[in-house]
Amino acid sequence: MNTYIEGILILAGINLMAVLGLSLLTGFTGLFSFGHAGFMAIGGYTSAMLSVKFNCPFIPAVLAGGLVASFFSMIIGKLTLNLKGDYFCIATLGFGEAIRLILDNVQYFGGARGWPGIPNSTNIWNVLAFNIIAVLFLANLIRSRHGRNLIAIREEELASQVIGINVFKHKMISLMISAAYAGIAGGLMAHYMTFLQPKMFSLVKSTELTIIVIFGGLGSISGSVLGALILTALPEFLRSVSQWRLVFYGLAVIFIMISRPEGLMGGYELTPSSLKKLLIRFKNRSQGKVKGLEGGNK
Amino acid sequence: MTQFFQQFINGLSIGSVYALMAVGYSLVYSIMNFSNFSHGGVIMFGAYFGYFLLTIYKLPFSVAFIGAALLTALMAVVIERVAYTPLRERKAPYLYFIISAMGASIFLENIIIATIGPTFRTYPEIFSKTPFKLGVLSVGRLDVLMFVTSAICLALLIYIIEYTKIGKAIRATAYNIKASALMGVNTNVIIIIVFALGGFLAGIAGVMFGMKYTVYPQIGAITLKSFIAAVFGGLGSLQGAVVGSILLGIIETFTAGYLSSQYRDLIAFALLIGVLVVRPMGLMGKATEDKA
Repeated sequence: MNTYIEGILILAGINLMAVLGLSLLTGFTGLFSFGHAGFMAIGGYTSAMLSVKFNCPFIPAVLAGGLVASFFSMIIGKLTLNLKGDYFCIATLGFGEAIRLILDNVQYFGGARGWPGIPNSTNIWNVLAFNIIAVLFLANLIRSRHGRNLIAIREEELASQVIGINVFKHKMISLMISAAYAGIAGGLMAHYMTFLQPKMFSLVKSTELTIIVIFGGLGSISGSVLGALILTALPEFLRSVSQWRLVFYGLAVIFIMISRPEGLMGGYELTPSSLKKLLIRFKNRSQGKVKGLEGGNK
Repeated sequence: MTQFFQQFINGLSIGSVYALMAVGYSLVYSIMNFSNFSHGGVIMFGAYFGYFLLTIYKLPFSVAFIGAALLTALMAVVIERVAYTPLRERKAPYLYFIISAMGASIFLENIIIATIGPTFRTYPEIFSKTPFKLGVLSVGRLDVLMFVTSAICLALLIYIIEYTKIGKAIRATAYNIKASALMGVNTNVIIIIVFALGGFLAGIAGVMFGMKYTVYPQIGAITLKSFIAAVFGGLGSLQGAVVGSILLGIIETFTAGYLSSQYRDLIAFALLIGVLVVRPMGLMGKATEDKA
């Protein structure tokens, strides 16, 4: 495969990993986070430390990155998940920035100058494998009892509390899984770039992830997948107008919000069964009304 | 002891400018209940307006100062009309407002980079660099200007909010937007006024930051501090925003002076999380459900 295209796909896959996590938190639980770049940073630095300083193999290192990120999210969640609305979002913003500033000062990890020499182990196949597992896990989680509870919390927090859902606990689970995804994404990124710098995990990165989730459509996994692919590839095609790229990007975000806030997929999913339904409806329409009546009698 | 007072004065002057930004942010929050992340972009435009009015149009300082503030106010209102009004009419959830605000902030920052360029620009020297002497203390002229201007603006704002009819309408709208609309308050006009007031103060803050540091497209990032200050003091409470900002300014300068300037921002963010944990409604805020 063309290495340039392959590079874009790997980057899209890494973004997708973090976006899936954020999608669970924002799209399905209704919590807004501006600190996911911080979780990515934790995952990235942990896995890089394991593989550089302790010679740990690639996959355990990346998974450990996810675990550590998840652990940090538990602490931050304990402190802030009881806060309502914007307070949680501002607390995560503070957390993400604090992580970046701390890493700027840790000389063990190279500080603000960055940390080169991480082994290059991420390739298109293991990114793909991680993404497939991540999507399957998320899709099943959403359709489980847990997932339905999360959606209930998103729709109406007070009502779900009244019917006996432990809101705090479920928000916490959602946040921890979400942070683990972001941490794994950070680990994959570290082993693809072979270089880490705290600057890579700034507020801009968190914002980018949130925008991808919204663009794809809140509450839609396939939307997140499409969003990550399109929004990672788009800047590459716009290289020739690089200066204006982000201008259009900002305008597009506002435009989506005021014209189609439900995003690309608008809460719908692209699954084999929904595709089949769509196909059947299409067939029925082309074969006329007789077939439709038969269907109705069954 | 000298150093202590010196740092205290510096903190006061920087904190008072934070207050100008935090108040605009808090005003919008109190009425529309979302974090206006485009505020940073608006402040950045204020800094550029002031710069160009001074260098290209060669206006006298006071005219350029007020002119920049007025232009910035207009800018804030335009952003409200374009990015938030359609959402407001559809009664969209606050999530969408935040995203729209982020889009606006990306747009504002990059339109400057694309048209004017990412270079740093320095304001022409308006005040001499020789500081005032107060006994052993030395106070920069710019610091005095920053503090005095901010104090006047904040006093005016609090007068408007507390003692005028418009202020009464703003307070009523913040308390309950639906009920005030039923009582005959034109909430659309109130929201425009609030954005204009916030934008005006943002313009003043932008010009002063431009003079103290330099002007560059990312200068809006400094509003993160005012968000922290607003949360610190209690979201939606004006007095809280002022107190929070001044405290934050003082804590920052003390950290920079006694520890290291590397830890300045870190302390600010740590403080934010600390405050949220101990007292989520901030120093002067009310319980989270009802607004100031």
